[in-house]
Amino acid sequence: MFEWFNELLAQFSSVHPALPLYVGAFLSLLCRGKARHFILIITPIIGFLNLLLLSDGSQYTATLMGLELTPLRVDRLSLLFGYLFHLAAFIGVIYALNVKDRLQDLAALTYAASAVGAVFSGDLLTLFIFWELLAITSSLLVFARRSKEATSAGVRYLILQVLSGVLLLSGAIIYAAQGNGLSFNHIGLDAPGGLLIFLAFGIKSAFPLLHNWLTDAYPEATASGTVFLTAFTTKVAIYALARGFAGTESLIYIGAVMACFPIFYAVIENDLRRVLAYSLINQLGFMVVGIGIGTELAINGAVAHAFNDVLFKGLLMMSMGAVLHVTGEMRGSELGGLYKKMPKTTLFCMVGAASISAFPLFSGFVSKSIIVTAVLMEGQHIVWLALLFASAGVFHHAGIKIPFFAFFYHDSKFVATAHEPPSNMLWAMFIAALFCVGIGCFPEYLYAQLPYTLDYSAYDASHVLAQLQLLAFSALAFTWLKLAKIYPPELRSVNLDAEWVYRRLFPRSVQHLESSVQPLLCRIQQQGKEWRLLAFNSLRLHHGEKGILARTWPTGSMVLWVAIILGLTLLLYYR
Amino acid sequence: MKKHLFDNPKNIKRVVQALVACCVVLFLLDGVIHRHTSHAWEEVFGFYPIYGFVSCVVLVLIAREIRKVVMRDEQYYETANENKEEASNTLDSPSTKTASGVSKQEANDV
Repeated sequence: MFEWFNELLAQFSSVHPALPLYVGAFLSLLCRGKARHFILIITPIIGFLNLLLLSDGSQYTATLMGLELTPLRVDRLSLLFGYLFHLAAFIGVIYALNVKDRLQDLAALTYAASAVGAVFSGDLLTLFIFWELLAITSSLLVFARRSKEATSAGVRYLILQVLSGVLLLSGAIIYAAQGNGLSFNHIGLDAPGGLLIFLAFGIKSAFPLLHNWLTDAYPEATASGTVFLTAFTTKVAIYALARGFAGTESLIYIGAVMACFPIFYAVIENDLRRVLAYSLINQLGFMVVGIGIGTELAINGAVAHAFNDVLFKGLLMMSMGAVLHVTGEMRGSELGGLYKKMPKTTLFCMVGAASISAFPLFSGFVSKSIIVTAVLMEGQHIVWLALLFASAGVFHHAGIKIPFFAFFYHDSKFVATAHEPPSNMLWAMFIAALFCVGIGCFPEYLYAQLPYTLDYSAYDASHVLAQLQLLAFSALAFTWLKLAKIYPPELRSVNLDAEWVYRRLFPRSVQHLESSVQPLLCRIQQQGKEWRLLAFNSLRLHHGEKGILARTWPTGSMVLWVAIILGLTLLLYYR
Repeated sequence: MKKHLFDNPKNIKRVVQALVACCVVLFLLDGVIHRHTSHAWEEVFGFYPIYGFVSCVVLVLIAREIRKVVMRDEQYYETANENKEEASNTLDSPSTKTASGVSKQEANDV
């Protein structure tokens, strides 16, 4: 059916998959109005067509100072992430069309290009370059908010992201120095430098205690910026973990903690985009568990879940971005009742909520159940219970709390003035919602693209019934807690997290140190002043304006001395 | 003003009743549908419903306790690194954070 299309494609030769996106990013700077819209939309499409030309197994290699580099390596794992990133970029640029900010256009497309470059990197050096480009381009999306809070959050974000890059480079140098070469395949914790590389990936995939850059910066970015941020950085990290550390047992426990602890914070957090940031960590936890299990089924589940997460988390972020765009407010305590004026946005948000909660027929269900099945098959029963808890919890905070406090609950002051967002935002949400439902109903198309062949059916009576029971009863729990007024109300507040160490403890300690050494510094300065005065006075005695060595002599005295010397000379030579 | 769906308290009641009805049916389905299980607990009648309900209640109860420890004023971090005088100025105007952030954001969005 598509033969003519394949033949047409075969007429062209492929370029590096990151290149079309980089070129599009710079072209978008030169255009305005309709031309800008055209460039922004066509860029991911051309990138995607270029991707179709790449065949599994093709690669470029180059030699730099005796090191074998592979700037392009194509296999099923990288191709799937490539498709995903082009889809995310396509939805993201449509969502951002109404924002006339060249900085954001440039940042968004170069960010997507760096993510694509990173997943096609066949060696650690190329990966490092794209890893750092990801950090820089993504931070621009935070700075583009142009508020004081966003700037400081952006700086903190950039420091941690660059730290991750530095760890990656150090690890790669140690790894290569031990004769392993630079090629990026399975690394493992036991390899020289493996731990450093693991930590580098860990920062970007928001391991517990290293996670706060995400909850700090993402809610401070612009409405459309957060949509891009949600899609790329953490998914590149998941890809890198799947490539380098599949089957590492500690990942199972790290992932279980990641799936569980953020939901407590999500329940009490007031900023709704921060709630979604915590729930992003919770979803990453599922993927990390899958990678830690490391069987073909589990890796497939992790990768499929990463694919779905980009779409449903993007959809949720877009719906919250639409609320922010229309009302200028993101705190649950101030919002409510918006379904009256934003019915379409409400509907899209609920599709996203159903998908992240893994309702049958929505995308989250077909991937999350693979991971849970893989965990059970490996006999990890405690982790299984933790994931069930996390599944119920995610429905509680992302599935119910987000739509409930933004669109329902009591009417907020914004209901009078609110309206649907611009049509481009609605279209972007529609496309994402379509994919969420499409993948949920026809998972076999996604399954066919996964790295390993998958013999799995999500839709059997046991899975569907168990999931529906879990979800219905956690909804019942929410309803009961809300009606009994036990549910914690939305309050204007911030919640302390690991970031407290570098946002409060560290600056405070420096201040404390400064104030305690201040008297000593004062004394040293005072003493120095006295010595300096003494030295100046003794200098002035001889060299000052009245000093003997600095006095000016009248011309007459010089003439007198010359006359005396001449006289003496005359006396001495007279004969 | 136009009446909306949930302005009528009856509709809210209907939603809650529908949810309870769904829960009852799903709970009873455990006895009808035979499940192939991989863990002994899955065979316990009503394992998933009870686990879902209990874990959500425990989640909220623990979160309430956590809130007592970690919750701070909205301006907590903004005032952390400034001197006392500046800190008291910021506390006087609690809405500065969102207000300034949003007005600039809106200026960019046309």
